[in-house]
Amino acid sequence: MAKRIDVKDVNIYYGKFRAVDDVTLHVPPKQVTAFIGPSGCGKSTMLRTLNRMHEVVPGARVEGQVLLDGENIYASSVDPVQVRRTVGMVFQSPNPFPTMSIRDNVVAGLKLAGTRNKKQLDEIAEQALRGANLWNEVKDRLSKPGGGLSGGQQQRLCIARAIAVQPDVLLMDEPCSALDPISTLAIEDLISELKKDYTIVIVTHNMQQAARVSDETGFFNVPGVGEPGRLVEFNDTEKIFSNPDEQATEDYISGRFG
Amino acid sequence: MTDENEVMTNTSADSRKGQGGDPGAEPPASSWLGQGEAAKHRRADALFRWLATGSGIAVVSAVSLIGVFLLVQAWPSLQANNANFLFSSEFDTRDAENLRFGIRDLLVVTVMSSAFALVIAMPLALGIALFLTQYAPPAVRRPFGYIIDTLAAVPSIVYGLWGIFVLGPFLVPVALWMNRNLGWIPIFATGNVSIKGGGTIFTAGIVLAVMILPIITSVTREVFRQTPVKHIEGALALGATRWEMIRTTVLPFGRSGYIAGSMLGLGRALGETVAVLVVLRIASSPATFSIFDGGYTFASLIASAAHEFVHPLPTGAYIAAGLVLFILTFVVNAIARTIANGKMQRL
Repeated sequence: MAKRIDVKDVNIYYGKFRAVDDVTLHVPPKQVTAFIGPSGCGKSTMLRTLNRMHEVVPGARVEGQVLLDGENIYASSVDPVQVRRTVGMVFQSPNPFPTMSIRDNVVAGLKLAGTRNKKQLDEIAEQALRGANLWNEVKDRLSKPGGGLSGGQQQRLCIARAIAVQPDVLLMDEPCSALDPISTLAIEDLISELKKDYTIVIVTHNMQQAARVSDETGFFNVPGVGEPGRLVEFNDTEKIFSNPDEQATEDYISGRFG
Repeated sequence: MTDENEVMTNTSADSRKGQGGDPGAEPPASSWLGQGEAAKHRRADALFRWLATGSGIAVVSAVSLIGVFLLVQAWPSLQANNANFLFSSEFDTRDAENLRFGIRDLLVVTVMSSAFALVIAMPLALGIALFLTQYAPPAVRRPFGYIIDTLAAVPSIVYGLWGIFVLGPFLVPVALWMNRNLGWIPIFATGNVSIKGGGTIFTAGIVLAVMILPIITSVTREVFRQTPVKHIEGALALGATRWEMIRTTVLPFGRSGYIAGSMLGLGRALGETVAVLVVLRIASSPATFSIFDGGYTFASLIASAAHEFVHPLPTGAYIAAGLVLFILTFVVNAIARTIANGKMQRL
């Protein structure tokens, strides 16, 4: 559980276009690491390489190494399906499976992994929903479709679905960008709880959010249109927001970005 | 709120009076809504509404008029019929004084050939649609899609000729083998025409399957293509293999479209005329519910007799058959609609 991630000399491409240039960074276990930066800087792309979701896009590929507790997930012997079972992901807009009930949504990953025991699935569903602070709101309507929940509840349902398979790492791609402030707060509280058990990497547009929830922060920037994004600075969140090493980080944080 | 009012104010000329000095006050509705403008909008709206409603009514009345026409023309013949219309296998209209016609065989042959076509075409179309949307490399997708669509452009008479001269003879060994080994099942039993001749429902059904394949495939392909990316990615991120992703997202999402497309295909198969007319051999005895029967479908029978539509009474017999086909396709469409509306979502 809760593995560390080491990204070594990673270049990320969409076809011929290089989207992210030569990133090396280290994500510590049981902490929250935030990726911040302007649109198009490659932070989401970087996140999606950590569970091999990047290559789902046709023509997309990755060079370099991503080590999960020392094991390269891009080694030729590694099955991307297995990587995604170990590294869970929560997306920008909540995406529960519309035809499935709340309970079936939560255990969808387990069913894929081959768990069939109904009692066991029910137990895990409850655990995961409790873990995602959703149990009390949905315990009376587990057999209702997941699409009937509010946006914030749907997102927590997706988090429950992701943690139900007990991944080692949880990736979150702007998980609150489609949510209202109250739901956002609920998710942020949840992130703080989840980091006791999981390594969490979160991409966010919201700098206050990064400051609130993360321990480490990576600032990505893109020098110009058509150029690849770069990791400008990776540091303790406190340092990034109080006294960053790089001027570009300082400018971005203080809103003097341009 | 104030800003909004000001913006609105500028759009209509007569609204400037009486409210400029007091931005906080709620303006009287008539002043800034611009009554002249609104009246114009209402006229355009009404015109469009009548156009749309009119189109709707035109379609509904066209369909109803066809039904009325069929009923009116068929009624005298049904009155003069000396055989049981629903259960007789006879269809003898040579003597206008003694009409003997029934639709039993027509219904059996029509439904069996179309159902058989559907049994073959549905899984095939599903496979092709999945291949084209999920598995095929982009370079293959387009040309392959075009080829499938081209199948829809082949004239049905060509299908008929191909069916009776190429496919039929080619399938004779298969048909004989099925008849020999599965003959104990009624639908594979020896029918009322020669299997060696190839002019059986078996051949016709396969021809029909090829003909309805493009429509089912293209409808299915379109709905599969519209599966939301976020659901696909959600499944993949959970550690689904490609097939598992398809099973959890693409298939549930596209199911009603697939079924609706299949029903469209079924509608086409039920009404197909020339190809079936060319393929099916004339039978001398009643249908036996075997796929190795011959005979006529509703459409092929009517087409075969078209040159004899001289006297109203015998003609009415064929129109009565057409009426039944009309009702049959109506029922199929109703079923398709029910399914597409998701009333059978939980399959």
